Amino acid sequence: MRRLIDLRLGICLGVLFLVTVLVPVGNLMMQPGSGAHVPTHIVSLLGKYLCYALLAVALDLVWGYAGILSLGHGAFFALGGYAMGMHLTREIGPRGVYGHPVLPDFMVFLNYTELPWFWWGFDMFWFALLMTMLVPGALAFVFGWFAFRSRVTGVYLSIITQALTYALMLAFFRNEMGMGGETGLTDFRDVLGHSLSARETRVGLFVLTCLALAFGLIVGRAITLSKAGKVLVAVRDAESRTRFLGYRVDSYKLFVFTVSAMLAGLAGALYVPQVGIINPGEFSPANSIEIVVWVALGGRGTLVGAAIGAIIVVALKSWLTANYPDVWLFVLGGLFILVTIAMPRGVLGVVEGALARLRRPAPRPREEPAE
Amino acid sequence: MTAQLYLDGVNRSFDGFKAINNLSLAVEPGELRAVIGPNGAGKTTMMDIITGKTRPDSGEVLWNMTTDLTRLDEADVARLGIGRKFQKPTVFETHTVEDNIRLALKSPRGVFATLFHRSSKAEEARVAALLDQVRLGAQADAPAADLSHGQKQWLEIAMLLAQEPELLLVDEPAAGMTDAETMETAKLLRSIAGTRTVIVVEHDMEFVRALDCRVTVLHQGSVLAEGSLESVSARPDVIEVYLGR
Repeated sequence: MRRLIDLRLGICLGVLFLVTVLVPVGNLMMQPGSGAHVPTHIVSLLGKYLCYALLAVALDLVWGYAGILSLGHGAFFALGGYAMGMHLTREIGPRGVYGHPVLPDFMVFLNYTELPWFWWGFDMFWFALLMTMLVPGALAFVFGWFAFRSRVTGVYLSIITQALTYALMLAFFRNEMGMGGETGLTDFRDVLGHSLSARETRVGLFVLTCLALAFGLIVGRAITLSKAGKVLVAVRDAESRTRFLGYRVDSYKLFVFTVSAMLAGLAGALYVPQVGIINPGEFSPANSIEIVVWVALGGRGTLVGAAIGAIIVVALKSWLTANYPDVWLFVLGGLFILVTIAMPRGVLGVVEGALARLRRPAPRPREEPAE
Repeated sequence: MTAQLYLDGVNRSFDGFKAINNLSLAVEPGELRAVIGPNGAGKTTMMDIITGKTRPDSGEVLWNMTTDLTRLDEADVARLGIGRKFQKPTVFETHTVEDNIRLALKSPRGVFATLFHRSSKAEEARVAALLDQVRLGAQADAPAADLSHGQKQWLEIAMLLAQEPELLLVDEPAAGMTDAETMETAKLLRSIAGTRTVIVVEHDMEFVRALDCRVTVLHQGSVLAEGSLESVSARPDVIEVYLGR
């Protein structure tokens, strides 16, 4: 247990626990106007950041440890989001604009007569929740099975993951896809009988997101600490050597890629009720590239660093797009260049390096693998 | 026939260049065999074919006269009990020295087996013993990247031993080692042979002499001569290959 929750993860989980307690207290118990009050829209904004943090942890698991640079992880996040969105859409029921008892508004508008088969079962919450992880997991498994068995690696793999998310974006944009087309799924009312506009529901979703992030960090840590995690790092550093030791490299990649996609799907499922919409824009290749920047900035191969990186970049993005909307993309690009050149181990690497220097005057320089 | 490793009429070309040309070779169980030959003789390609990295265009490669190695990939071949040490030492640089050995230790290789693996006392003792054997006990916790070139060679040898293979394919183990270390490596390989089969590819004639075993001379992808080092090095065609041109 002491090995599982080391100092780095312990501090991170401690901070996360404090946030999980203080934010709901600040929202539900403090009077609006008092300095300690946390407005409901801030609760949801923080919840959104933590969803991105979980997504970053998922990407770090495949990129930081197994060396698979996925430029399409946004697709798994979006699929998880759509699965949750489908449930929330079914929950609207007859309260839609057209008042149809079963069909969502966009289907009535497009003259559907009955619910497409892939919408079946999404009226049940447990089924939808299962699908938020099973659908991304299954896609990752099938995609990975072909890609890893054919030994597609490096930049070629990155390109096809990018193509995957782009293809899904184009598909989801089509009205014929039956997923709401360009608008996507929105106008959600409630989840499990709780109104999505109620602040108690918002706080509940926030707490669940905190728990999901803690779960993701612990699962990630358990995997990377196990012998299988050591094999993954071996694959990252010397793939062919690992094969000659008798390890089936494609199975290991497939395993971690699938687990990662499921975590990304979970993040997407928590994201959608908090932002209130899911549309094909979530599949956009730029989104997936941004995730890579989060992980690189926070510190690749540390899990905790990925989560920190996501929160830093997304918070910066929120602030810049509100105040200086024109410069955001330049800042994002600049950050990526800066991190690659000046901080190869990311923010966490810089902080931990500084702390280690305080404790020991002469640290040993460690080389990190380039990818 | 009782050969453990049997190659017959193996051919492989790369873009029209015949790297392996009608190569036939039989190695008995427990034998120590040195394979020598000038650059480009096909030594590394031969290793690649045996270990499943490269498929031959034609010919037979048999393990214990029954298993067709040309149908297997690297992981399958390794699991059969064929271990390989590379010319350029390849260890897992960011892992500690002892983790490198732990990964090599003979044990189930499946994803779920390693995911739930707990290191036993016997395994830890084996890791410690191997580290002692190659004198890396003091560096056990250091990242393998911090080792010198010679130490990496030793680590890779320890990893090879940790796999407990039936056949060891060793590519230029003495490169980067001091003379004393070279002799020690030869001694180690001689002691392993007998219980396990060892095939050594080497350039260093002093090292081959120290191995004191049957020598196969490769030239242009096929066997030019086979026999004791004295007998093959006396042959004019071998001298021609090594000293001519």
